[in-house]
Amino acid sequence: MGKKKLVLVGNGMAGVRTIEEILKLTKDQFEITIFGSEPHPNYNRILLSKVLQGDTEVADITLNDWSWYEDNDIQLYTDETVVKVDSDRKVVVTDAGRVEPYDEVIVATGSVPFILPISGADKEGVTAFRDIKDTEIMLKASKKYKKAAVIGGGLLGLEAARGLLNLGMEVNVIHLAPYLMERQLDPMAGKMLQTELEKQGMTFLLEKQTKEIFGKERVEGLRFSDGTEIEADLVVMAVGIKPNISLAVESGLEVNRGIVVNDYMQTNIPHVYAVGECAEHNGIPYGLVAPLYEQGKVLAKTICDVKTEPYKGSVLYTQLKVSGVEVFSAGDFTEGDDKKAVKVFDEQDSYYKKLVLRGNQIVGAVLFGDSSDGNRLVSMIQKQADISDTMKVSLLQPTGQEAGASLVATMSDDEIICGCNGVSKGAIVSAIQTKGCTSVDEIKACTSASRSCGGCKPLVAEVLQHTLGSSFDSKQQKEAICGCTTLSRDEVVEEIKAKGLTHVKEVMFVLDWKTEEGCSKCRPALNYYLGMVNPTGYEDEKESRFVNERMHANIQKDGTYSVVPRMYGGVTNANDLRRIADVVDKYEIPLVKVTGGQRIDLFGVKKDDLPKVWEDLDMPSGFAYGKSLRTVKTCVGEQFCRFGTQDSMGLGIQLEKKYEGLQTPHKVKMAVSACPRSCAESGFKDIGYIGIDGGWELYIGGNGGTHVRGGDLLYKVKTEEEVIEITSAYLQYYRETANYLERTSAWVDRVGLDHIREVLDDKEKRKELSVRMDKALSVIEDPWKAIIEDKKLKKELFETVITS
Amino acid sequence: MVNKNISKVLIGSLQELPERLGKTFHVGNIELAVFKLSNGTVRAIENRCPHKGGVLSEGIVSGDSVFCPMHDWKICLEDGLVQAPDKGCVKTYSTVIEGEDVFLLIE
Repeated sequence: MGKKKLVLVGNGMAGVRTIEEILKLTKDQFEITIFGSEPHPNYNRILLSKVLQGDTEVADITLNDWSWYEDNDIQLYTDETVVKVDSDRKVVVTDAGRVEPYDEVIVATGSVPFILPISGADKEGVTAFRDIKDTEIMLKASKKYKKAAVIGGGLLGLEAARGLLNLGMEVNVIHLAPYLMERQLDPMAGKMLQTELEKQGMTFLLEKQTKEIFGKERVEGLRFSDGTEIEADLVVMAVGIKPNISLAVESGLEVNRGIVVNDYMQTNIPHVYAVGECAEHNGIPYGLVAPLYEQGKVLAKTICDVKTEPYKGSVLYTQLKVSGVEVFSAGDFTEGDDKKAVKVFDEQDSYYKKLVLRGNQIVGAVLFGDSSDGNRLVSMIQKQADISDTMKVSLLQPTGQEAGASLVATMSDDEIICGCNGVSKGAIVSAIQTKGCTSVDEIKACTSASRSCGGCKPLVAEVLQHTLGSSFDSKQQKEAICGCTTLSRDEVVEEIKAKGLTHVKEVMFVLDWKTEEGCSKCRPALNYYLGMVNPTGYEDEKESRFVNERMHANIQKDGTYSVVPRMYGGVTNANDLRRIADVVDKYEIPLVKVTGGQRIDLFGVKKDDLPKVWEDLDMPSGFAYGKSLRTVKTCVGEQFCRFGTQDSMGLGIQLEKKYEGLQTPHKVKMAVSACPRSCAESGFKDIGYIGIDGGWELYIGGNGGTHVRGGDLLYKVKTEEEVIEITSAYLQYYRETANYLERTSAWVDRVGLDHIREVLDDKEKRKELSVRMDKALSVIEDPWKAIIEDKKLKKELFETVITS
Repeated sequence: MVNKNISKVLIGSLQELPERLGKTFHVGNIELAVFKLSNGTVRAIENRCPHKGGVLSEGIVSGDSVFCPMHDWKICLEDGLVQAPDKGCVKTYSTVIEGEDVFLLIE
């Protein structure tokens, strides 16, 4: 028996999703042909606002790339519009004159933006916001023009406005209603939203009716019905959408506002179906994504002749995709008559939550400020859950971390987490347990959860956290160490500890590295992690060290090296200086320079000379090449300075002697200043100390390099013992939790100052960290001295052989 | 066929070459980086990265590749080809191992 011919008119989200559902049911029942008016494969229209806001790019929002069509033997005609479905001859006719026969045809023509019938709407610089083309028009305009006007303060208008703001334009939003998003929000939430967006830089003109768009060829401004006007050189019309029914009308399908369909998405003509925004079910054309997917499922089964529950309409819910604002609305959100509301309003933290109840059932909700409860509420509305046993206010509690975890815990397996793609909690749990998904991204690839609007990402992460239990760390999501593995830093360190791995090759072998010997990224990282986990037992692997750390000197562009001897606290003396001078003469060192860390750098030393130079200097290595403590910069302090309140040099020398040679994820710089004038620049160091009357202030996470960052005050303490104890605990915590090559500035931002303080506030933990630090310090030896005394090593690393 | 002068230069014993580390050799006017790989083979290339002249002898060795210590270009020691996304080529030299002796073949 030959295949039946299935034609899809409209290459958009609803139609292609239906095809995906059909392919799930049967691979070979149909010969599929798709027509699309746009030149692109199916993309995620919802994310266009993210493209405009600069969070992603057009290329990244493709849902089905060209190869998907090929792989599934689908004939795709893009840039080609179907003009008629001829149900008598059972063919569709396109604007290119193509006549394609069908056995079944799906109409999924979506909607068209509503363009106000006012004069000037056809001027250059006036656009809708519906497709990639519109988005490109706005992106282009923003480069040349500065004044944007968005007509429509609904979902789409606000998302467009936020995007234009990001693109550097001034944005006026014109809205007919007295408050924003009146179709989804109550006046209270609408006003809060307005306040928030005004803070972001939008200007609102409410209760204004646009009467005319004026200008020559290009728009120059808007005139309103009250006679006022504003300037604008880009106008975005986002006043609404209407179902695209022109093809349906032309083809004789029954239409009202949309194409009328029954509970099985069938139109009045046999073998012709409609799905998505163009369809009208039970008097409602839906303009949001989740209902379209629910319809797609029913339609796929209908077409494949598989028994299905009828489509019974959808609970409408929506979330605004504007960064920095969380707004959520679902169901019937207006109170009155037999509906009563429960509200929580926190003016201080700017959040507002409202539940609308009819008797013992939740029928609607509005959330502002924290929308993490959204999915749970939608699911309660859909299930028409009886809440008579629940404390009403507890339904609205803000979800802290613990409340959040228990939230997914209380969800049943069939509750929907991703409304866009209809993915249940059970499906996600099974992907984690049976397919080994360990990140939100992997779950997305596996199940499609969070693939469309992304609003459910926090919830997916919670399910992940809840399912994996203690092995989950939300801070450390999805970042693999390098291309040789899919494992993250935390996973690798965990495995090293759990399996007692002892060397780099073993880690790669046991953890299934994709390359046999790793790369220049993972080798040094693994070498560090192994040493960090087991400081006393691990034998450092010089083959996995970057050149500077292997040679214990800094390589220069001509292959020579620079040598920096230790000069504790930046304090030197005549003997050391004399020896340095002698070495400079003896080895004809071409450049001597004072470093930013208060010591002396000898440049242009030949590789072969390095061990001899060190021997003659007879000073410890300054580790100027290391992921290690570099210098402790000090001001002169109370020994000489008339302002100094503390012995900065004394503390600096003590710190440098204690921590010299310590291996850290990245370099660590310190500075000690004796008073708040901070002459040693303590505020821009990985840890900086400032002397105050009767104690010290400790600043962490400062950086004066690529990413300048002022340090955060961690503690004020009274004694030097406390200074040392906190420094040990802080540095050890950094050593144990930072990614290799992550400076403290980035680390502090990532894990949070509060978190670090919480750890260090815990006396027990502080002590344990300090003990582990001392263990790590106990095995450090001076590398220069070690090399001088090791003939074999000296030969291996520093010898250049000259043959003739 | 044109006869080429190939000279065979003894550069040392196999066990003296450190594994997975480079060693610098000057042969006449040529500076070479010689590597003994994990599988025991010995590879020799010109000791200059085509990017900015970095000394390859000090790079991290992985399998049959070396990462230039200057800007992390990855260079194949078999054929001297720079790996994507970078481009270029380094001259390679043949090596011969006879017993414990390692020889370089220089044209």
